Amino acid sequence: MAFNPTPKQFKVLKAVLFVLALIPFVRMVALTVMGAYPDPLAAITFTTGDWTLYFLVITLAVTPLRRLLKWNWLVRLRRMVGLYAFFYAFLHFTAFLWFDHFFDLVAMWKDVLKRPFITVGFIAFVLLIPLAVTSNNAMIRKLGGKRWQWIHRLIYLIAPLGILHYYWMKSAKNNIAQPILFGVIVAALLAVRLYWSAAKKAKAQAAGA
Amino acid sequence: MLIKRSSAHAVPLASEITPQAVYEERRQFIAKMALGAVAGSALWEMANREAFAQAAPGAKLAAKRNPAYSPAETLTPIKDATTYNNYYEFGTDKSDPAENAHTLKTRPWTVSIEGEVKKPMTLDIDSLMKLAPLEERVYRLRCVEGWSMVIPWVGYSLSNLIKKVEPTGNAKYIEFTTLADKAQMPGIRSRVLEWPYVEGLRMDEAMHPLALLTVGMYGQVLPNQNGAPVRMVLPWKYGFKSAKSIVKIRFLKDQPRTAWNVSAPSEYGFYSNVNPDVDHPRWSQASERRIGEDGFFQKKRKTLMFNGYPEVASLYAGMDLKKFF
Repeated sequence: MAFNPTPKQFKVLKAVLFVLALIPFVRMVALTVMGAYPDPLAAITFTTGDWTLYFLVITLAVTPLRRLLKWNWLVRLRRMVGLYAFFYAFLHFTAFLWFDHFFDLVAMWKDVLKRPFITVGFIAFVLLIPLAVTSNNAMIRKLGGKRWQWIHRLIYLIAPLGILHYYWMKSAKNNIAQPILFGVIVAALLAVRLYWSAAKKAKAQAAGA
Repeated sequence: MLIKRSSAHAVPLASEITPQAVYEERRQFIAKMALGAVAGSALWEMANREAFAQAAPGAKLAAKRNPAYSPAETLTPIKDATTYNNYYEFGTDKSDPAENAHTLKTRPWTVSIEGEVKKPMTLDIDSLMKLAPLEERVYRLRCVEGWSMVIPWVGYSLSNLIKKVEPTGNAKYIEFTTLADKAQMPGIRSRVLEWPYVEGLRMDEAMHPLALLTVGMYGQVLPNQNGAPVRMVLPWKYGFKSAKSIVKIRFLKDQPRTAWNVSAPSEYGFYSNVNPDVDHPRWSQASERRIGEDGFFQKKRKTLMFNGYPEVASLYAGMDLKKFF
């Protein structure tokens, strides 16, 4: 399984991933322009929400995959995947502000406060902003690795909040198979980290004794 | 709010409407094209021409338009009304019913009428369709999810049927049961709702002339995904109150257990009248989006009390509609 792309191969991989991650967006725009959605506004809201969750899950899967497969280079693709999660989340939030409230910030804020599933989604989106802003080398240098890592651990909170948002929305119609599946996957991805961190501590203690 | 108020030309004759099969064809073609992502406008026009070349008309169902129910509003395109459906027996996505409902067998079909009536009977669909003169009525349809359509239905007032079976003095409620057949309905395997789907009305609601026993739409027999061969249409209530593909009508002393009310009693009341002042717990009901009409560049339109049918208000005189939502 030891696969190590040459710098040239890595560049190609990265470009391919960039294009692949953009396909849902291009497809959505094309279907909208062609009039293929009976309710384009709802379709855009759901599509962008779905892809935010997909990219959050992929971001969380990078480290476990890297360790299991010993594909260390994977970590160098993580920033792009994370930024795509933010890209789709930003579109999702914009759809909410535009389609549901027609840019009426006061009405939007009332909705955020009134409905728990929106409150949770909004918090998750706001928490994503510092991660997106600090996803560049200059910010890592400026903050220092430790502080930067602390900020980016917010993802462990953001992903479950995103799924809770999805679950609450779907449970209105009793249609919870998908949110449960997302929940199981994210729980597994977080559990493996807890396990590794516990194992590391135990090892350190053993070494210290 | 943009409501088109124009001549009768805005409301097409049944015969002018493109058959639904043609539109379905078109949609599939669009989906395939979209995979190619950025198709030019020339290709788009070609796609249209191709789809319209293969017409497959649905069975016509002639009925005179009732002028009392002919609002000056633009009809929802038939392709939207027949491809954007909530009919969970065929799947929970809006596009599922149109894709899956071809397995529904609508002939032979019988409706059994039972309970607190002097003349219980089982009617086959053909005699049911002949029980009273069919008429076309254009009704607004407001879904509890916050979208709406304007649809020309074909049917007659349910009161015609009720009078024929002669309810007893004990009949206070009426209950509609939808077919629940695993072999024909793939969605029955899911546990989203308790099957069969059951809906109900108070007797005075059922007797209201607006309550339409419906067998067609857009001048055709009902497409399967819209609740063929016979369904209710109750335009002052949220869409889910209108039971589809009805196999049984029971007259009862007590209020029936209705599907969505059983599933989430705090979110879906027995009455479920369209009411802009009573929010669903997850979203506001104050406004709505008209499918096929309202787009990106205007606010959502305001939802009207009883969906703009004030003639039903007297049914609920003295009731607290926040409590009996």
